[in-house]
Amino acid sequence: MLAELRNVSKTYNDAVALDNVNLEISEGEIFALLGPSGSGKTTLLRILALIEKPSSGQVYFNGTKVTEKNIQELRMQTTMVFQKTTVFNTTVYNNVAYGLKLRKIPENTIKKQVSDFLDLVGLRSFEKRYANRLSGGEQQRVALARALVLHTKLVLLDEPTANLDPRNAAIVEDVIGKANRELGTTFVVATHNIFQAKSLPQRIALLRNGRIEQSGTAVEVFSSLSRTLTSFAAVENTFIGEAKPSDEGTTVVEIESGIQIETTSQVQGKAQVFIDPREVIVSKKLFASSARNILKGRIVEIVDTGNVVKVKVDVKGKLFTVQITRRSLVDLKLQVGSDVFLTFKASSVQAI
Amino acid sequence: MIMWRNRELDEIIEGFSKAIQLIVSGDSTVLDITLRSLYVSGAAVLIATLWGIPIAMLLGLKNFRGKLFIKGLFNALIGIPTVGLGLILYLLIHRTGVLGFLHLLYTPTAIIIGEAVLVTPIVVSFSANAMESVSPEIQDLAKTLGATEDQYFFAVFREAFDGILLATVSSFNRAVAELGVAQMVGGNISGFTSVLTTTIANETAKGNVSLSISLAIILFLIVFGISLAVNLIQRRRK
Repeated sequence: MLAELRNVSKTYNDAVALDNVNLEISEGEIFALLGPSGSGKTTLLRILALIEKPSSGQVYFNGTKVTEKNIQELRMQTTMVFQKTTVFNTTVYNNVAYGLKLRKIPENTIKKQVSDFLDLVGLRSFEKRYANRLSGGEQQRVALARALVLHTKLVLLDEPTANLDPRNAAIVEDVIGKANRELGTTFVVATHNIFQAKSLPQRIALLRNGRIEQSGTAVEVFSSLSRTLTSFAAVENTFIGEAKPSDEGTTVVEIESGIQIETTSQVQGKAQVFIDPREVIVSKKLFASSARNILKGRIVEIVDTGNVVKVKVDVKGKLFTVQITRRSLVDLKLQVGSDVFLTFKASSVQAI
Repeated sequence: MIMWRNRELDEIIEGFSKAIQLIVSGDSTVLDITLRSLYVSGAAVLIATLWGIPIAMLLGLKNFRGKLFIKGLFNALIGIPTVGLGLILYLLIHRTGVLGFLHLLYTPTAIIIGEAVLVTPIVVSFSANAMESVSPEIQDLAKTLGATEDQYFFAVFREAFDGILLATVSSFNRAVAELGVAQMVGGNISGFTSVLTTTIANETAKGNVSLSISLAIILFLIVFGISLAVNLIQRRRK
């Protein structure tokens, strides 16, 4: 067992952030902490990163109980990438080299390592650029390189792709997978993104109000937990409906207002469907495609969240969220009141 | 009346012309006073920085009882009247004063100590604010990358460097341009404790306008030159 929390609780003044949490992280796995904002994910990560002390309970790292005496030494074996990307006010090279310099690694090795890991995150030519002048997505990739270059046994990622545009999010997810496979790095990823939790990790824990409500493999959690899952994760595009098998072997879920959504998930009876906002294509005109779901609606809200824009579309009284880049928004001349078509594949719809 | 104004204007123009000559020719008096000013103010800022930065780190990065009061006190002391401070120091180091046995009155050392006291609140307040404004995540970031407590304090110091540099430059400008302390505890002894501001005041009173103007030009050049240089450095860093 690489890391273990035993009966860990954390309170801030009177507020309980974590309530008697027991958790085991195995070496080499990707473990996701899924839960809504305020569920205690970040606190749990900070305790695993050994930068926050629990109010009660014990933390074990590599079988060793974490104490005041050994915390600095053990902290060298774990590192964390924060949700709010933070970079030192210096070059990309100095940012990535910081932890290596603290470990007194020879300068030649540092140069090689920094170069290799910037290459891994697709920022090879960025060494001399000032980190705080980069885009949010690029800064997050610098943060990931800065963490991975240390070759720590455990890397903790707090909402690593939240607010990233799809391209940067894909790069970050790809790098996490690659580091796990090729370097054997163990990851604990906190996320409220149900789709990320389903695709990336081997195991998942569902966290609510500072307690772990369920943990297991992705398949176990997503199949056995059924309806309660939606109450854990703040997921957009979640609808309840009646599922029936179609003649083509897919499932058609009829949600209220007569909207039909086709999915490749095999369910029957009352079902909940989730549609990843990143998987929905928004267009002003109908176009021919292989996608099984085409809905017509009207834009009611446009939310600019930094690198990405969330467009809320009213389809027969149901609110759908589509995540697009700011450039797409400008190119398509989308605005509140525009009539649009939403297109998504049956395989982009999860149903339980 | 008009005649008088014309004569006054002529004197000023002549003063400017002589002042430029004095500067260009590298007049020994002008050079001596300028170098002494730079030395005295530079030493004062160095001392103020040495004792001010640790206080600023304490105020900017640690939480303790009475912190707000101490911060408020340093903020209030930024505007201390230089003549008032000069008088207090004069009474302390006068031969009958508590520190009279040190024989510091009318020495460059007295001016250095006085100006160091004068600019300490600037160093402390500006630097503490700069450190407080560093994102709290920087401390966590340094920690999670393996920094010890000393190392992450240093990381915060580095992030706040621009603010600390500004504090140092503001302190130097205040020290080099102040008159009260230098006059009261330095005495403007020619060739020994006379600095730019005291000489400008005294020479103008004596009617030696050209020397005053040349020294005033130098004073402006020092203040603006240093500020401009720091500005350029900061812009390059950003």
